[in-house]
Amino acid sequence: MDTGTAILLSILVPFAAVFGNLILRNNPNARDGMTLVAAVLTFLLVLRILANEGNGTSETYTLFSILPGIDIAFNVEPLGLMFAIIASGLWILTHLYGIGYMRGNDEKHHTRFFACFAFAISSVMGIAFSANMFTLFLFYEALTISTYPLVAHKGTPEAIKGARTYLGILIGTSIGLQLVAVVWTFTITGTLDFTRGGILEGHIAGPMVAVLLGLYAFGIGKAALMPFHRWLPAAMVAPTPVSALLHAVAVVKAGVFTMLKVGIYIFGIDFLASSGASVWLMWLAAFSIVAASVVAMTKDNLKARLAYSTISQLSYITLGMALATSMGALGGGMHIATHAMGKITLFMCAGSIYVATHKTEISQMTGLGRRMPITFAAFLIGALSIIGLPPFAGSWSKWLLVVGAADASQWVMIAVLMVSSLLNVAYLMPVVARGFFLPNPDPDAEAATRADEATRTVREANVLVWAPPAVTALGCVFLFFYASEIQTFLSPIVAAN
Amino acid sequence: MASEVTHTAATFADHLPVLQILVPFIAAPLTVLIGSRALAWPIAFVSSAIAAVIAFALLMKTMGGEVISYHLGGWAPPLGIEYRVDAANAFVLLLVCAISTIVLPFARTSVAAEIPKRQHTLFYTAYLLCFAGLLGVAVTGDAFNVFVFLEISSLSTYVLIAQGSYRDKRALTAAFDYLMMGTIGATFFVIGIGLLYMATGTLNMADIADRIAEQGSNRTVRSAFAFIVVGIGLKVAIYPLHLWLPNSYTFAPSAVTAFLAATATKVAIYVLMRFVFSVFRPDFSFANNTLEFIIIPFAILAMFAASFIAIFQSDFKRMLAYSSIAQIGYILLGIGFLTQTGLTAGISHLFNHGITKAALFMGVGALVLRTGSSFYSRLEGAGRTMPWTSAAVVIGGLSLIGVPGTAGFISKWVLVQAALEKGWWPVALLIVASSLLAVIYVWRVIETLYLKPATGDAATATEAPASMLIPLWIMAAACIYFGFDTQITIGASQTAAQGLLAGAVGMAH
Repeated sequence: MDTGTAILLSILVPFAAVFGNLILRNNPNARDGMTLVAAVLTFLLVLRILANEGNGTSETYTLFSILPGIDIAFNVEPLGLMFAIIASGLWILTHLYGIGYMRGNDEKHHTRFFACFAFAISSVMGIAFSANMFTLFLFYEALTISTYPLVAHKGTPEAIKGARTYLGILIGTSIGLQLVAVVWTFTITGTLDFTRGGILEGHIAGPMVAVLLGLYAFGIGKAALMPFHRWLPAAMVAPTPVSALLHAVAVVKAGVFTMLKVGIYIFGIDFLASSGASVWLMWLAAFSIVAASVVAMTKDNLKARLAYSTISQLSYITLGMALATSMGALGGGMHIATHAMGKITLFMCAGSIYVATHKTEISQMTGLGRRMPITFAAFLIGALSIIGLPPFAGSWSKWLLVVGAADASQWVMIAVLMVSSLLNVAYLMPVVARGFFLPNPDPDAEAATRADEATRTVREANVLVWAPPAVTALGCVFLFFYASEIQTFLSPIVAAN
Repeated sequence: MASEVTHTAATFADHLPVLQILVPFIAAPLTVLIGSRALAWPIAFVSSAIAAVIAFALLMKTMGGEVISYHLGGWAPPLGIEYRVDAANAFVLLLVCAISTIVLPFARTSVAAEIPKRQHTLFYTAYLLCFAGLLGVAVTGDAFNVFVFLEISSLSTYVLIAQGSYRDKRALTAAFDYLMMGTIGATFFVIGIGLLYMATGTLNMADIADRIAEQGSNRTVRSAFAFIVVGIGLKVAIYPLHLWLPNSYTFAPSAVTAFLAATATKVAIYVLMRFVFSVFRPDFSFANNTLEFIIIPFAILAMFAASFIAIFQSDFKRMLAYSSIAQIGYILLGIGFLTQTGLTAGISHLFNHGITKAALFMGVGALVLRTGSSFYSRLEGAGRTMPWTSAAVVIGGLSLIGVPGTAGFISKWVLVQAALEKGWWPVALLIVASSLLAVIYVWRVIETLYLKPATGDAATATEAPASMLIPLWIMAAACIYFGFDTQITIGASQTAAQGLLAGAVGMAH
């Protein structure tokens, strides 16, 4: 199969699964089985593209032209291909996990849930393979709209309010800022194609470069750069599989992926470096990293803590782009993969705990580790990877980011990355420590006995809920040993043209 | 320029401009004369479909930039009446005909439910008159003829709106309000034309344009300009001359609202453009009379004020009416830019907003049929009982916001581009900011339909009949189709904009 067909199919297969879900709504097993087939098929298609193209850049496949100079077009380049592999691969795991979670938890509206989920994946594939900013923007908005029903899923006033914040910030920034940035870019350059080395150099100069970069950086609300980060904690009202795939991988990574695409292919790393337009963004990203980590420490709700941790980690990637060095951009690109693996593990563990015990607050999780050893072991590995300790994947991307900061002679940024690691330890480790080591923190003996009683009866939830995080946890270890392959794979994106 | 205009009407195809209005015009009395309730709708539908074919043929002929001049009864202008078709009005003709042809099948069910049987024949007569009037306004090249057709369409519109009184008595006052405001507008318009006649001694629009260009500006011409702009402004519902619109749209029968919202104001905008650009010429309208400084602020005001009011409505139909006023602001803003890109944005939004609103108002019509009301409180949870209708409403709503992949996005994109080309980036930011207000009012509807627990009528409602769903989904599909294929919309808009900017109605000497 040639690459063009495979790209198109990788978008259309999940899209067809939307309708498959609607048709098979009265037969849950057939419906979920069909989606599983679609997920595996999508993953295989992406692997086919990988086999075809390797880490080269394919030709551009133009579907049709909308306006002169504006096409719906796709191509393959290493960053997008990596993103597609991660998203489609993790879709299989999350789908299995989602079946276990939704059934184990007696959630309602399964068909709507899985249909919107498939729609979201279809949009992500479109984002990953976009050959120009217009196509990317189209799928970016489709992703926002398709995930809205997932956030509002429970239909409670709280969920509706969270979904409003989610939609308001994401649509507000994308239409209010990003659209202007895109049209502006088109007006001055006459093209929106992602081009190695950027398209803006020579068309814009002076402080306006920084203004345009600002429109993009804030307009890409999915990257959760402060102060437009509030949608992410708000989206945590969604069922955990949504948080796991969409708000640890697909949606947020679509944001930082777009950020890297804009930095590398619209502005160009060299142009960013020579114009100095990204210096302010670097400082803002550094602020986001530290501030979100500090906020995370104050959260007792596990998902909220993970949400703020995500905000912090996303800014690593923005920082990588804003450093405007090759190593920084590479580190940012690799962090997309490593953080995805680590964070999806943590979210799935949070969901596993919830299904088994219906506990959401960290302070209630005392002693659970001994009853749910697999979940908590997976959590430990995911946490260590996020912190950036060897032998886990996260250590390499953090290493590259530090090298990138050193290349740019930004010593403060190195310090920020180090401080952030310490903060990560401070907010992630207590969860594991409490689960494994604290038997009885409660001074009130009677309450403690009751809590103990409740804890003693806890079992791991069904296999579909605890196995996927275990797999992704192993993935964190696996990626550590294949980091150099990923680096080599991504290296063309910053190679001189 | 003069040589490319054809004079002689030798073959059938040459008579297309006059057949365009004759078909519905003859069909209108025919429905009364035949007097059969069963035949009224078929006659209306067939004549509308024929008109649509003619309009399509005319657009294909003129899209390359050709101008068709048709002399009514063989009397040469400026003494005789001239029908004059270029890309700009061919595009408007096609919009009106296409909307009418798609709305009519929907109207059959909707009218049967909302209007008593004995009125049906007369309803379709009035509908056809209104339809013919709108086409006449667009096709004619004679200033007084514009007034006559405008009155034909207006008078029948008052009747059509009043038909809503069987569902809600307030339709009568709404129709009366519109009658008053519309008559004031028409009077202003005819005074303006009288003044032009005084100054130039001719009623042919192309001829007037030449005479004004020769004699230059004087007080009579300037007064004529003011009267015409205000008179048509009332019909367009330029903020703040919009007061008749919300009630008329809210209380008219659903099918009438769907038809009028997509066509009537759009035809009025066409007349405004024709006079401002072709009769008075851009430099007169904008440089000497500073229309720019009137149109652009009012357009922006409409975009924000009307959107803001729309947010707080509790009636779906009324919300859409206010949203229309805001969207007219976008069109006027595009015209006010006075650039090729700006006018292209304005004209294409005329079309894109037309189909979007037609889809939405038909969606409301279907909801009203099953739940009996368009109030949000009565529509809660209808998304589950009427999934097809609700899904189409969502698509229309997304197009109204201007989400990429919908028709509304295309015109918004071109509009923002026009603003940035002029270097007016604050205006660009205002455009996108006001579309965020659209997000709020559209999302209120989506939350009502999908996230509220089903109560009352919506809980027991069944899906709308296929006769409604098919036209509704044709329109919803068009909202998406024209979000990807812009060859017709942007192509025709560009040609029309070029023609208008060149002031291209010079007389065929």
